[in-house]
Amino acid sequence: MICGRSWKLTLVSLAAATSAAAQMTDKVVKIGVLNDQSGLYADLSGQGSVIAAKLAAEDFGGKVEGTPIEVIFADHQNKPDVGSNIARQWFDVEKVDVIVDVPTSSVALAINQITKDKNKVFLDSGAATSDLTGKACSPNTIHWTYDTWALANGTGKAVVQSGGDTWFFLTADYAFGHALERDVTAVVKAAGGKVLGGVRHPLNASDFSSFLLQAQASKAKVIGLANAGGDTINSIKAAAEFGITQGGQKLAGLLVFVNDINALGLKVAQGLQLTEAFYWDRDDKTRAWSKRFSDKKKGSEPSMVQAGVYSAVLHYLKAVQALKSDADGKAVVEKMKQMPTDDEVFGKGSIRVDGRKLHPMYLYQVKSPAESKKPWDYYKLVREIPANEAFRSLSESDCPLVKK
Amino acid sequence: MIFGISTQALMSQLLVGLINGSFYALLSLGLAIIFGLLNIVNFAHGALYTLGAFVAWFLLEYAGIGYWGALILSPLVVGLVGAIIERLMLKPLHGLDPLYGLLLTFGLALIIQGLFLNAYGSSGLPYSIPETLAGGINLGFMFLPKYRAWVIVFSLAVCLATWYVTERTRLGSYLRAATENPSLVQAFGVNVPQMITLTYAMGVALAALAGVMAAPIYRVSPLMGSEMIIVVFAVVVIGGMGSIMGSIVTGFALGIIEGLTKVFYPEASNVVVFVIMALVLMVKSSGLFGKAG
Repeated sequence: MICGRSWKLTLVSLAAATSAAAQMTDKVVKIGVLNDQSGLYADLSGQGSVIAAKLAAEDFGGKVEGTPIEVIFADHQNKPDVGSNIARQWFDVEKVDVIVDVPTSSVALAINQITKDKNKVFLDSGAATSDLTGKACSPNTIHWTYDTWALANGTGKAVVQSGGDTWFFLTADYAFGHALERDVTAVVKAAGGKVLGGVRHPLNASDFSSFLLQAQASKAKVIGLANAGGDTINSIKAAAEFGITQGGQKLAGLLVFVNDINALGLKVAQGLQLTEAFYWDRDDKTRAWSKRFSDKKKGSEPSMVQAGVYSAVLHYLKAVQALKSDADGKAVVEKMKQMPTDDEVFGKGSIRVDGRKLHPMYLYQVKSPAESKKPWDYYKLVREIPANEAFRSLSESDCPLVKK
Repeated sequence: MIFGISTQALMSQLLVGLINGSFYALLSLGLAIIFGLLNIVNFAHGALYTLGAFVAWFLLEYAGIGYWGALILSPLVVGLVGAIIERLMLKPLHGLDPLYGLLLTFGLALIIQGLFLNAYGSSGLPYSIPETLAGGINLGFMFLPKYRAWVIVFSLAVCLATWYVTERTRLGSYLRAATENPSLVQAFGVNVPQMITLTYAMGVALAALAGVMAAPIYRVSPLMGSEMIIVVFAVVVIGGMGSIMGSIVTGFALGIIEGLTKVFYPEASNVVVFVIMALVLMVKSSGLFGKAG
């Protein structure tokens, strides 16, 4: 009898072991970093995000429940069609379980839909459009680092409160620029300000002097730059050259990354206010993590997008471990929402029902060349924006997942 | 008021267009010389423009040589690189279909861009406007940065000088004769292979010159060339492949047209050049200034 019972037990435990192994699909937890590897957003995402994802896998021990973690990457060239093809290939053929990063809102919205259709996981760090947790929200997507609403209520609000009540927009002519312009316009109007006009320029327009002259002619107090990366850099440079800022108009860089400041140089960038979720020199923990990053990135410090990739991948792996499965994308995201987040880069936080990751945002001001003491010493803190204030509240959300 | 836009605003937009046109003119001029005299479609032109800007940055960073030094040294360095490229890679392709040269230079462009992208990232490096040209002049209808004024004047001077050398001097006539009938010119005791190398070097030196001039306006970025090269090729096609005066005039004209598009319909400012190219090709396939056939 005893012998028979232990035989049955062995069978049961064997069955349990095989089923647990079967829940990690294809004997690998595969993370696909999809972003701009060669274009205007490559420095703020690009290889840096791949390094960040690998750091997260490394910190997790390289394995989840004995299943190895693999990180792959591809270049979406900021084109929705290219990005969609890679995502389909990854999900269908290469057995990728989760896609991370994806800057460029138009591409992110496409990946958002595909991930939902295939029931996988999409952790967006690079894209800005607040629609990812608004009307386009999905049970398979988490928007990790920042969004246009947070930028509008960080930088936008600070500028309006300091007296900038008339605005003219230079807007990148695609999903991101439109969303940012919309969210900032709402903030400006709520504060009693007025939008006098705007120009929609093509993505990657090299010369901005023509647009800036139009902004100058509008006599608006503030020129809002609803663009990013190389476009923002060129706008700010041209504004300095054409004496726009000396003429009394103020520039509001609505999405500026630390890499942009590095490319501009402090002489041109000083005094700019900007909103970030992460700055490498914020505290001891961020400095320690950034050191590990920059050692692998020829001394470049991480952007908030890259830090977000690290944080998102780490939390994903924790959820997969808790579930002991990566098979059901929706279930993994559900688990991620239940578990509080905690890591070196963003500290403690949480994920809301609409897929919005919550953490404080920070309003910084760019230092003058005299204030900067070391390489990449670019920001001073103006204000910490607590998480509940930094992101759009659920009551304003048009996300179908939010029950009202 | 013209079409709802004040004359002042229009004047300033025309001027801004002219500035961008200077870059188109300088770059398409180099391309036109290389195509007209060597029959090479030089796709590496954008990458060599980038290289010119990077050489300026290297000179400043590692040798302390500023803008004015770079304006002379960088074209020399890049011209030398061009001479090496011509001798080692393009010469063996001489006499073959121009397509081979196009593919080779296209590959070179990708390699040069990739190397810089890998080493310096995509957002680029800052390069300041020289002290003597900082600030601007108030023209009444607009604030014109001194540096941009310098760009117009200097590039116009370079363009006209190049045109004069190739069309009005003895050296230029040798060059043109060598492309018509190389063996006959060689028989007169002219070293034709050397002249071809020099021509290519001069063409790419013009690209490097444009690169140095662009560095303070934009920034020194690995992608600056690829952003420019397609538009510049369109300029060359519109002006007529190989026509030197054509590329100068078209360069400036398209800068102005693009500038005006940025006022009236900014969304289309990236495509307007190509729309014009399509229209010109439909009406006159050899380009506005090209010789028929």
